[in-house]
Amino acid sequence: MITIPKETAERWGYSGFSDFFIPGKAFRAVFVVLAAAILFCYAVGLHGMASGYRNLYGVTREIPWGVLISGYVFCVVTSTGLCIVSSVGHVFGHEPFMPIAKRAVFLALIFLVGGFSILLFDLENPLHMIWFMLSPNLRSNMWWMGLLYGLYLCALSVEYLFLLAQNHRMSRLAGFMAVLCGVAAHSNLGAIFGMLSGRDYWYGPYFPIYFVFSAIMSGGGAILFFTCVASRVEPEIMNERMERAMKAVCKLTITMISVVMFFTIWETICGFVSPEKYLTLSVFLTGPYAYNYWIGEILCGLVLPLVLLVRSKGTDLRLMLIAGGMMLAGIFFMRYDFVIAGQIVPVFHSLGVEEYRSLLTYRPSFHEIAVVAGGLCLVAFLFLSGERVLGGHRLQKHEIVPPGGFICPGCGAIHYRQEGESEEQSLRRYHGFRAAAPPNAERETARR
Amino acid sequence: MNPQLDQGAGPRSDRWSEVTPLERRTFLKIGLSITGLLGGGTLLSVASIVNKAFTTPRTFTETYPYKPHYAMVIREGLCIDCELCAKACRETNHVPDYGYRTRVLTKITSDAIGRQREFIPILCNQCNDPPCCRACPVGATYKDPRDGIVRMNAEKCVGCKTCMLACPYDARYFNDQKHAVDKCNFCWDTRLSKGQKLTACAAACPTGARIFGDISDPDNVVYKMVHQIEKVVWVLRPECGTRPNVFYMKASHASPWRLQRQAEPGGGVRAAGKQ
Ligand code: SF4
Ligand code: SF4
Repeated sequence: MITIPKETAERWGYSGFSDFFIPGKAFRAVFVVLAAAILFCYAVGLHGMASGYRNLYGVTREIPWGVLISGYVFCVVTSTGLCIVSSVGHVFGHEPFMPIAKRAVFLALIFLVGGFSILLFDLENPLHMIWFMLSPNLRSNMWWMGLLYGLYLCALSVEYLFLLAQNHRMSRLAGFMAVLCGVAAHSNLGAIFGMLSGRDYWYGPYFPIYFVFSAIMSGGGAILFFTCVASRVEPEIMNERMERAMKAVCKLTITMISVVMFFTIWETICGFVSPEKYLTLSVFLTGPYAYNYWIGEILCGLVLPLVLLVRSKGTDLRLMLIAGGMMLAGIFFMRYDFVIAGQIVPVFHSLGVEEYRSLLTYRPSFHEIAVVAGGLCLVAFLFLSGERVLGGHRLQKHEIVPPGGFICPGCGAIHYRQEGESEEQSLRRYHGFRAAAPPNAERETARR
Repeated sequence: MNPQLDQGAGPRSDRWSEVTPLERRTFLKIGLSITGLLGGGTLLSVASIVNKAFTTPRTFTETYPYKPHYAMVIREGLCIDCELCAKACRETNHVPDYGYRTRVLTKITSDAIGRQREFIPILCNQCNDPPCCRACPVGATYKDPRDGIVRMNAEKCVGCKTCMLACPYDARYFNDQKHAVDKCNFCWDTRLSKGQKLTACAAACPTGARIFGDISDPDNVVYKMVHQIEKVVWVLRPECGTRPNVFYMKASHASPWRLQRQAEPGGGVRAAGKQ
């Protein structure tokens, strides 16, 4: 068993692995179910790996990327989004976002791990990955994906360790690197698809850009969802500052949903005038993927969450929980449809030959679904363990309220008292009831 | 139509490099520039140096940087869908039954007068700008610097399948036995590197729908076929900017080349004589 010095453990909010076993019956049951599911799914995945994917996976020569790649994209999109949203506060200094950083960075890490675990079962020869180092192809987006996500993983881990150690200067620096690598890696992931000139649906600069914005949306949704779940596990994590942070994240998420809607609308309108793209589009609007599109992507992923979040006013945790959950489900559909959509039009469709008259079909097999489910269960399991073992990612008192400051009961922000001033006087000063101090002095303090 | 019909003089029919002086002049006229566009099965512009200004400049390969620069001409109308090419490929290159390196597609034009069926053989185009090679993270697929053939190094292949998506011609499949992606390499390992001059498919095609050769050599039949001003020559999906080395054209009765099996040059298998 690893022993961690008491002081460090305290700082981390870590109080021993025994915490794992205290929780109530229901909680323990969830743990057991998740653990069993993970074991089962990985057993299925390993069986697939051992006996060859061709017979067990639903992917074909024409549609070589299936639900595994969708699951991977889903996980890494969410990870990047979490990293970006958390950086608003703890890297770029926008105070209301600060309290969510610890949990968000932790989630970003486990989503990345979950994503990689799915991708592993998509590669036919994972051991040959050594050639990424020995024989790099610098013109390949896939190679850059390996490098950038590798760097991202490192930066994120360092950022998280410093966050735990409460070294805020270093964690800020590492966080900045993580955001840089994350955005680069992520837009490059979009470019893997966007630079395939033979695939009309994907080709173009749209997806690299869209990916980053939709990542922020996913990140926002994930923070709302997971914080709400965490507050059910341990209601104590909610405090005034956390509530204020949730309000801010909720606002950001609403904005990003609108932005993604805007993207989607123009993507659709443009699709109407390009014959090849229209083919794909019609599959979504009226064809076999209409349910995925209208119910999964549009209703669950965008419209309902938007309505719910607006109605929650950033304070109703129950509504935010539902909205966040719906978003995550809807976003999974978005990724799935995105990956499949680029492949269902056969490359020789325009040739007008008999063999490629109709669109191609893909149906995920049991093995593929199991591997994706395994990855997602792993994320859920790690998340719950994190909540338990790391004390709900709670910030320590001095992290929440720095010396000399206090939480404003009115606006929830942190205000600083001037010397010899009572809390009430300072409140008046901040909110301009009647300036008790000259305005210059006030600005000075605010800057502190 | 009888594909075996020979409009040229009988005796010279198996000498592939022979052309009339008139034709030689025409080749010189167009030089190395050939442009054309086939979009969605419809001809948009025909080959002529004038059109060069109006079509995308990178549609065709216009210079031949490799020596030999292997290329194939598919004379579309001659294919009778006997699939002997695919069979020969399977046997020569040990292609499993769940995959293929080449296949023959069928196109039906039901409102055409007379013949309504056309067969279009497809295979890897050994692109001059191969998107598959750009996509591969580890360089497991690469363009050979000498002969321009796009080949695989199975040892390196990670199996990410990006190249399968990058190829605009669906020319790649994953081979379980090799544990790597597999594709047509103009029979490099099985025939060309062993001194034979034709690919298995070209040697097997009974009608001469597939003609294989070195397009950098003005005396070669492939060069001559592609550089005819009165012929429309096109490539598949030119909009992808891959600059393929497999050319398509219609064979006609006015063709100076016999409409039959290509013979292995230099006293190889005299397939033509066997018929
Ligand atoms: S499947 Fe193999 S050859 Fe194709 S891109 Fe991946 S590593 Fe390269
Ligand atoms: S046809 Fe496909 S496999 Fe062949 S070189 Fe071009 S892109 Fe690569």
